[in-house]
Amino acid sequence: MTAPLLETRGLTMRFGGVVAVDAVDFTLEEGELRCLIGPNGAGKSTFFKVLTGQLLPSAGTVRYRGRDIAGAAPHAIARAGIGIKLQTPSVFNGLSIRENLWLAARRKNGAKRADAVVDGVLSLIALAGSTDRIVGTLAHGQRQWVEIGTVLAGEPDLILLDEPAAGMNHDEVGRTAEIVRAINRTTSLIVVEHDMAFIRMISDRITVFNRGSVLMEDRADAVMRDQRVRDVYLGKKAA
Amino acid sequence: MIRTVLSLRVTLLCALGAAVLAGLAPQFVDTFTLLQATVFVAMAVLALSLGFIWGFGGILSFGQAAFFGLGGYAYAVGAFNFTDSTVPVILSMLVPMLFAALLGYFMFYGRISNVYVGVITLTVTLILFNVVNSTAGDAYRIGSAALGGFNGIPSVPGITLPFTGYAFAPEDDWYLAAGCLIVVFVGLKLLLASHFGRVVVAIRENEVRASLLGYDPRLYKLLAFVVGGGIAGLAGCLYTLWGAFISPTIFGLATSAQIIIWVMIGGLGTLIGPVLGAVAIQVLVTEIGGQQLLDANFVLGAILLVFVLVLPAGVVPTVERGVAALWRRGRRGRPGPAEAPAAHPLPGKALS
Repeated sequence: MTAPLLETRGLTMRFGGVVAVDAVDFTLEEGELRCLIGPNGAGKSTFFKVLTGQLLPSAGTVRYRGRDIAGAAPHAIARAGIGIKLQTPSVFNGLSIRENLWLAARRKNGAKRADAVVDGVLSLIALAGSTDRIVGTLAHGQRQWVEIGTVLAGEPDLILLDEPAAGMNHDEVGRTAEIVRAINRTTSLIVVEHDMAFIRMISDRITVFNRGSVLMEDRADAVMRDQRVRDVYLGKKAA
Repeated sequence: MIRTVLSLRVTLLCALGAAVLAGLAPQFVDTFTLLQATVFVAMAVLALSLGFIWGFGGILSFGQAAFFGLGGYAYAVGAFNFTDSTVPVILSMLVPMLFAALLGYFMFYGRISNVYVGVITLTVTLILFNVVNSTAGDAYRIGSAALGGFNGIPSVPGITLPFTGYAFAPEDDWYLAAGCLIVVFVGLKLLLASHFGRVVVAIRENEVRASLLGYDPRLYKLLAFVVGGGIAGLAGCLYTLWGAFISPTIFGLATSAQIIIWVMIGGLGTLIGPVLGAVAIQVLVTEIGGQQLLDANFVLGAILLVFVLVLPAGVVPTVERGVAALWRRGRRGRPGPAEAPAAHPLPGKALS
């Protein structure tokens, strides 16, 4: 058996006395699509930030394809092949849609190939209207797609999506689910979401976070039936 | 992409036009005006250096005066020590670039926030002022150049070409300054259209996103800062050539503030804005100097106030936006064949 794509052991992130991520052991296989759920403050976004080098973990290891990347700089982790869409849209607001994607595609491609990659991604995320529009003028849902497109244009091997469907209407959520499934044909994904309908549309396996640690890990139907999961979402103290 | 190519062509055409104008200028204006134009142009190069790193790199440096002064001093010291001007001119850019690399390394790799970059660059400029100011006396010599402390270095030798030994006349200094402005302008335009330049702008827009795409913001900011330092150094060389003199006042607060005012008034985020701002303000200050009614600093202060309150974007971006709005309105006001029926919906409805 080959090494897993991503593996954390005892990964911990402390902010003073607060332990946001508490000794998390997490494994993701090549080609997997994993959903992360959990109530607000469970440590999902912090977990993502540690994985992508935006935060320096207090303890533990992160192995990506067998290589320890814990504490590496964000750009080095991005170069290793991990792309992330942040919770609040993080795009180049003053630049055009095409320029946003091009900047991602051009890093490891020549100018010509970068243009081809951008065209491919644009047809996948299928934004309506001109791609010369300035991203800052777009609606929230569209900017989310631009950010997903930008991440895709970087051609990563592992994509982390932090609430890709947040603030979207029903149709937009459906389309985002389609996009996510299309991405998963070639790329591994970890998706943080609260929208259970969205998770049902895409999910394979689900990991439930609570208070910084992994509460359970199973298939979607099993997770949704589980009493402990219901309890933590409703604010009861987990047994 | 098409727009970039277009704007590059326009830039090259304008540069060609500017070169022709600059070439013909000595035929039409007297030597005094030409001399003044020379220093205005040198200062426009200085404005470009800040226009690039602030307007496109998002780095507000109060320290362009430091690189400007270092460039001037490097040229002056070199000019006393070498027979032709090749090495001094190279030094005038190399010394500020090395200094910018050292300073920038500690600032950007130390992850210092933008506000502190401003504070540090300002402080460094003032430290240089004090250091150079206290180099009076024979102990402070570099080769055969005496630094001269607060008196500065007088009678700095002008440009002497290698091999032929030709010494520049004032018109030649004008050609040199104008040529440098054009080359720096076109060079920056090309740089901004390149992959490197586009990443620099992206980092200004969103540093976190740029790093998550695999670009190291520290490196790009450092390189942009070094380029800006080199351009400011070149401007310092041109300035020293113009007056054949350099003194520590070049490192003063006034120089730093002036550069920022030029860029703000001309327009942040453009290249032509800082050039126009620098020239316009200098012409204005020179004009004010010729009369007794108003104090130049008072007028400058008032202009700055008006701009901050009314035109915070500066002249060039405001004009651009105005022209774009007029263009759109013009297209709406002229009903095309496709739009004509929509303008009269009622008769159409009645017919159907």
